[in-house]
Amino acid sequence: MPHINFNNDFPGIRSAMAYSPETAAPMGVLAEILLRSEDGLSRAERELIGTYVSYLNDCFYCNHSHGAIACIYLDGDNELVEQVRKDYSKAPVSDKLKSLLAIAAKVQRGGKNVTTADVELAKEKGATDKDIHDTVLIAAAFCMFNRYVDGLATITPTDMDSYPLRAKQIVDNGYGNHVFTNKQPT
Amino acid sequence: MAHINLENDFPGIRGPMAFSPATAKPLNDLAEVLLRSENSLSRGERELIAAYVSSLNDCFFCQHVHGGLAQHYLECDSAFIDAVKKDYMDTNISDKMKALLWIAEKVQQGGKNVTAEQIDAAKITGATDKEIHDTVLIAAAFCMFNRYVDGLSTWAPEDKNYYIERAKQRAEQGYAGYDASK
Repeated sequence: MPHINFNNDFPGIRSAMAYSPETAAPMGVLAEILLRSEDGLSRAERELIGTYVSYLNDCFYCNHSHGAIACIYLDGDNELVEQVRKDYSKAPVSDKLKSLLAIAAKVQRGGKNVTTADVELAKEKGATDKDIHDTVLIAAAFCMFNRYVDGLATITPTDMDSYPLRAKQIVDNGYGNHVFTNKQPT
Repeated sequence: MAHINLENDFPGIRGPMAFSPATAKPLNDLAEVLLRSENSLSRGERELIAAYVSSLNDCFFCQHVHGGLAQHYLECDSAFIDAVKKDYMDTNISDKMKALLWIAEKVQQGGKNVTAEQIDAAKITGATDKEIHDTVLIAAAFCMFNRYVDGLSTWAPEDKNYYIERAKQRAEQGYAGYDASK
């Protein structure tokens, strides 16, 4: 049961966002820019970073929501998403993305954990300053989203088939208040 | 030195915000709603939660910016802000604020650390659902802001008076429409 009365029965972050649309609006804009920009990192790479950080934060709702979105961008390759979660160093992703996931994992533990060597390696593998900036902010933002979702004990859907439906809604329409003003996909 | 070339010399979060104005906009809009909304949690109390979480995250820049703002709004001295960071239970803040800072402390460790007992304790002291919501989101948001600032290794002025002097200006201008270069 959620820690507060949201006056709605939306799942996960949607319930908190519907409860507080004035804070949901800038969070939706932030997610849209960070996860759907195609400048530098691809949408799939951005969602994989979001998924991985959510996995590290043990946030089931965000981990599986963003994993399902990444999966759509990866043409249904859920195995790759699972490999990134379990051990990205062995996953068939670019060395650049591996070096960025390493930075994201450091950010998850705390900003000061990111070292010059981590950043130098990413640059060596072809990451631009903007790629590194975006990785740090995506990882940091999920340290917020995950805490928002679990800190209020929002409802986590146990029906795993519901995650791809909501994921498609995001892939088709982007992030924004529509996720709690429109009818939930079934 | 910052981990990336931010193309400016601004301290703390102002560096990456000037580097990336597109993401700075929603970050500042969120700060505006969370830290400056006028309702039962005062601006001073909101900034105090932010300063406390930033101190737990060991983010020098954020804890002094928001500590400075809390000091400005609460019309207290920096010793009081330091006392809250050190042991808020041993200060004269309200029981409600103690309960909310305890929730913020758990959010900083990870969302799942917040317990139903803590929520009940906060409600007994008079905290509303809205105040609990805002506390959780302020704490969560500073787990983002702090990581953004330190994850990119931005620099921070060491002189604590710098932050106290700037607090008045920030209190007057707010966060929305924030120009990172000023």
